[in-house]
Amino acid sequence: MKLTKLIATTASCALVAGSATAQEMAKEMTIVSWGGSYSSSQQNAYHTPYSEMTGTSIINDESSAEAVAKLRAMNEAGNVTWDVVDVVASDAIRLCDEGLALEIDPDTMLADAPDGTKASEDFGDLLVSDCFIPQIVYSTTFGYRTDMVGDTPPTSVCSVFDTAAYPGKRSLEKRPINNMEWALICDGVAKDDVYGVLATPEGQQQALDKLGTIKDDVIWWSAGADTPQLLADGEVVMGSTYNGRLFSVIEEQKQPVAMLWDAQVFDLDGWIIPTGLSPERKARALDYVKFATDTQRLADQAKYISYGPARKSSAPLVGKHAELGIDMAPHMPTDPNNAKNTFLYNYEFWADYRDDIDAKFQAWLAN
Amino acid sequence: MRNDPALQEASGPVLAADGTPLKQSLARALRRQKLRALMLIAPLLAFVLLTFVVPIASMLFRSVENDIVGNTLPETVVAIASWDGAAGELPDEEVYAAFARDMIIAVAAKQHTRLGSRLNYELSGISSMFRQSGRKIKKWDPVADAPFKEKLIEVHKGWGEVSTWALIQTYSAPYTSGYFLTAIDMQLTPEGVKLQPEDKRILIKLFWRTLVMSMIITGSCILLGYPVAWILANLPARKANLLMILVLLPFWTSLLVRTSAWKVMLQQQGVINDVLVWLGFVADDARLIMINNQFGTIVAMTHILLPFMILPMYSVMQTIQPTYLRAAKSLGATNWTAFWRVYFPQSVPGIGAGSILVFILSIGYYITPEIVGGTKGVFISNRIAYHISSSLNWGLAAALGTILLAVVLLLYWAYDRIVGIDNVKLGG
Repeated sequence: MKLTKLIATTASCALVAGSATAQEMAKEMTIVSWGGSYSSSQQNAYHTPYSEMTGTSIINDESSAEAVAKLRAMNEAGNVTWDVVDVVASDAIRLCDEGLALEIDPDTMLADAPDGTKASEDFGDLLVSDCFIPQIVYSTTFGYRTDMVGDTPPTSVCSVFDTAAYPGKRSLEKRPINNMEWALICDGVAKDDVYGVLATPEGQQQALDKLGTIKDDVIWWSAGADTPQLLADGEVVMGSTYNGRLFSVIEEQKQPVAMLWDAQVFDLDGWIIPTGLSPERKARALDYVKFATDTQRLADQAKYISYGPARKSSAPLVGKHAELGIDMAPHMPTDPNNAKNTFLYNYEFWADYRDDIDAKFQAWLAN
Repeated sequence: MRNDPALQEASGPVLAADGTPLKQSLARALRRQKLRALMLIAPLLAFVLLTFVVPIASMLFRSVENDIVGNTLPETVVAIASWDGAAGELPDEEVYAAFARDMIIAVAAKQHTRLGSRLNYELSGISSMFRQSGRKIKKWDPVADAPFKEKLIEVHKGWGEVSTWALIQTYSAPYTSGYFLTAIDMQLTPEGVKLQPEDKRILIKLFWRTLVMSMIITGSCILLGYPVAWILANLPARKANLLMILVLLPFWTSLLVRTSAWKVMLQQQGVINDVLVWLGFVADDARLIMINNQFGTIVAMTHILLPFMILPMYSVMQTIQPTYLRAAKSLGATNWTAFWRVYFPQSVPGIGAGSILVFILSIGYYITPEIVGGTKGVFISNRIAYHISSSLNWGLAAALGTILLAVVLLLYWAYDRIVGIDNVKLGG
């Protein structure tokens, strides 16, 4: 035991010494993301320029959906093969709690804004976890079929619960997050009280009862592509999904669908660096992340997908879509016109109550 | 004769050519043979052990493992053992001090949040308690900052609640039955084993649903597969081969594509409903709901698993001599009698093999129920997947998996007792 410890310490000392003298970085890195148009926006905005600049070859892995479980398994096996992983903020918190993600000091490890503003200030409140490097703000919101709502298109999220005015099926995500909040708001709970109410069993029941009023009219989705497809097929009159998915249904596929931005829930997506990397790989991962989350790069990504950059300093730099040539700013969830009534995902609350409420939600669904 | 002691005593043991007793030398030769045979299968054995048995066993072991509490809070676990939570009074300073010392070490090693997530499975809210407290405890000194009781309660009021400490006490043992109890809709509480509140009971229901629906799927595979296998076995070889390709074709198509195709077929604006409306069988505003429910799951899974039923049936039926049927008929049997009394009994081993395959595959199915099952057509495997990949409650997932494995083994045993496992054939 003592001997192995000794050997390990000597070895790691040698490694540290080696890396300190040469600042060597790995020549190759594996970046994990969500796939589809999201990954290609990252390819265009981050990976390609970074490879050209540094000569690093980047391997893409589309495993973000299972990232938490896979990282835990890799960590237990002592063989972490990923260098940088794209996850939603709630997963980053979970990974940080489990000790699977590296803690980041934004001011020393991330780039300052062009005007010299420190990264911690530029990202502001969006640094929701010690391990999380925010990248985009996206929102979960509703889209509706413009040809199925008559002359009075919905303007409020509560239209979802109004089957008399808007008959037809709705699609909602098969999990309690967001649905419970919308149900309470539409049941008369003030926005500031929602999480206080939702922390009590009575409040949870209240939300489920409200959802119960439309239970027979709901198609529950589990993949982000479901609602856009259901809307395009005319299976549902309205449905919740990520705003970028709706953007591509509306602007790229030209379907008769419109956005209902009311009570959209902001959520964050960003990078984490796994713990347990060798010094060279860690140096490379940090170098990449510093480049990929600087002001210009974050603004560049918005050319390819309608998600808002996480830095305040990036917002003025958002331009036109790379292929469609349309202005991207009005399609950002953070645009003032769209963000009149918004919600920020309550990470602390859901980290605490997710398992409990999910069990109740699934039991309610199955009955 | 050799067993006759009198005789053996008279002549001594029979000796081999080299003078050792024959019995011994035979045993040695046999042992050598067995060892050689073992060496031949050793690579496979090692492979199966390393890649299959060991990982599964270690995964299943998580269903009872609970050493995280004792490892993270070693002093607290000892100090709290003598505390009587039922009296409704908070533990005294000794426990709080032990806890503070443990936490200072745990926070430095970043272990406290992990423990928080573990305990949060049992009591919602404790995860953020550990996370928030950790930030403050980080700056504490185990000696200079004593006493800790009031300080901790000040950091988070949760440390001033009896239920928190009762929970830590209940889950301080290195092994727990908690996960298994949760897996059958019970819970391990400081007051003992209780039923889950009614609005959280779901797992027993899902187990039951998984079994019933798997049986329905197996049954519909038998009904649909039997005639197909019969035709395949009785057609001339060339036509049979062509049909065989049609049976195998789905195997070469991605599972996701096939499942999504069923969505296109069955949804309310889908192909089948469109045709029915066009033919006038169904009113446009009363289209049938055939997907996102149990019906959708049964249809899609029957289609996907059908080849696993047809293939063993086919290979068994191929070995049934057509002359038996002719002989039965020539002895005066009707078509039905000849089939039911002569042909069918011989095809039972194929049905048995197909049923076992289909049933065991469907009981663990995950992706198809997830896509087409809606709310009432999902299986227990969907919950296992949730706990593996989303909630990270691997202990509960392991307990659910262990129960599922036990149920399958039990059914297998029952099948062996009723039908007989010797009666199963995968081929001629």
